[in-house]
Amino acid sequence: MKKLINDPDDVVDEMLEGMVAAHPDRLRRLPDTQVVVRDDGPLDDKVGVVSGGGSGHEPTHAGYIGDGMLDGAAAGDVFSSPTADEFEALIDACDAGEGVLAVIKNYEGDVMNFETAIELAEMEGVDVETVVVDDDVAVEDSLYTSGRRGVCGTILVHKAAGAKAAAGADLDEVRRVAQKVVDNVGTMGMALTSCVTPEKGEPTFDLGEDEIELGIGIHGEPGTERTDVMSADEVTDALTESVLEDLDVDGGEEVLTIVNGMGGTPQMELFVVNRRLQALVDEHGLETWDAWVGDYMTSLDMAGCSITVCVLDDELKELLGAPADTPGLKRQ
Amino acid sequence: MSEDGVAAAAAVERVATRIEAERDHLTELDSAIGDADHGGNMARGWAEAADAVAELDDPDAATVVKTTGKTLMAEVGGASGPLFGGSLVFAAAELDDGITAESAVAFAETYLEKVTDRGDARVGDQTMVDALTPAVHTFKKSIEVDELSPLDALAKAVAAAERGVAYTVPIRASKGRASYLGWRSVGHQDPGATSTLFILEELLAAAETALNTTAPESADATSPTIPDEEA
Repeated sequence: MKKLINDPDDVVDEMLEGMVAAHPDRLRRLPDTQVVVRDDGPLDDKVGVVSGGGSGHEPTHAGYIGDGMLDGAAAGDVFSSPTADEFEALIDACDAGEGVLAVIKNYEGDVMNFETAIELAEMEGVDVETVVVDDDVAVEDSLYTSGRRGVCGTILVHKAAGAKAAAGADLDEVRRVAQKVVDNVGTMGMALTSCVTPEKGEPTFDLGEDEIELGIGIHGEPGTERTDVMSADEVTDALTESVLEDLDVDGGEEVLTIVNGMGGTPQMELFVVNRRLQALVDEHGLETWDAWVGDYMTSLDMAGCSITVCVLDDELKELLGAPADTPGLKRQ
Repeated sequence: MSEDGVAAAAAVERVATRIEAERDHLTELDSAIGDADHGGNMARGWAEAADAVAELDDPDAATVVKTTGKTLMAEVGGASGPLFGGSLVFAAAELDDGITAESAVAFAETYLEKVTDRGDARVGDQTMVDALTPAVHTFKKSIEVDELSPLDALAKAVAAAERGVAYTVPIRASKGRASYLGWRSVGHQDPGATSTLFILEELLAAAETALNTTAPESADATSPTIPDEEA
């Protein structure tokens, strides 16, 4: 498979170098790490908001560093958690004395490395709170699994927590609104194709020309159901119904929707999906307060999309609508 | 020169050699249920740890253990870094006053507690905890109740871990990557429990060398025979 890379081992390093070079006035990389922080941070009198995870999901996470969102992010290797020492460096660099909220996607590696880092940072006197995002409704949360995965809903957690921190709230308040998003958001994804990791150079799973996979994660792992190809409307129906059922909406609620591209899907197709999504939202008696369409949480070059719905109240509307100025997301 | 430090450094060196020798074996076990990186990650991590320890200037045992843990944490990817490395970092403080029977028990207990807390795993989840828990409990009982020598207690702990590794085969995984396989995880030997056993076997061999006793059978760099299925 052709790829625009040099050495597979250098992809993450070279990507971060290029990302910082694109935003030299905003981003700074901590020496000898894969940690990126805002160039002017840590900001006095502000709770730090940080995240991190495997690479391959760009613009997640470093693309959301800036006013109104993240103070810093750690990038692991492709689809692998950053190590605990990198998370620790991130937390230390983003603490201005007001404490740090760590936004963690629910994967065992991410959770364990972050928790180890937090325990070490706390020994150094840093006040750290965490929120674990597990918005993927495709995975059953049971005794026999490690729980639901954290996917595109994470962006909304970054946004709400970042806005609350920017408004001068304390660590407990920032954590509270982050958890509020987690409690009110659901996502489900699908793939038309698998993705190709730089290391492996070939698709991580085989998907036939006339097949699609529903309930995929963001690491090229297979989904929950393989079916024959469906139309855009049928796919949108399947994803949206699963999400709305999980959110248990009654009708009358205001929602924020996201049609997220997995990395290899044209905007044209994402808008086609959004068209059907908005009709469904209306059919369910819901009101769309804001509709985002774009590549927010990708899976390398996977073709496909995910649909996220977040049920809002006045507080979440204020936070999700607040200004943000980052490479990956801007709100006036 | 701290004798405990020298013994601890020798143990790290032994573990690194053993894990390298078992690299393909561990990868094979992991490829059946996970992402086939346990052998490579652990071999790289322990090799780096042995190098880092070799560069220390006259370290005590706690410093050797802490350095090993920090290196594993930084070099071993995924969940293994925090579990194998982070737990060592936190448990190292138990050895601040050197290695005694008492401090070794405290170290083992803290290590087990960190692993189980971090991984949120208990015995029966088909993880490294299945090897570690019987080893630590047996070690503590052998020292505190049976009043065995530390060496005899460690030998009993290794034997307990070996039975723990065998126990992972016929049970279903509830934690870790294997848990996603559901019932298909039954019949597979857990790679983390297996590498835990290798580490314990090398600790025993290193302790025997340090205390000038006969080298045991378990110093041989081969794996114990664990049945694939119930006999």
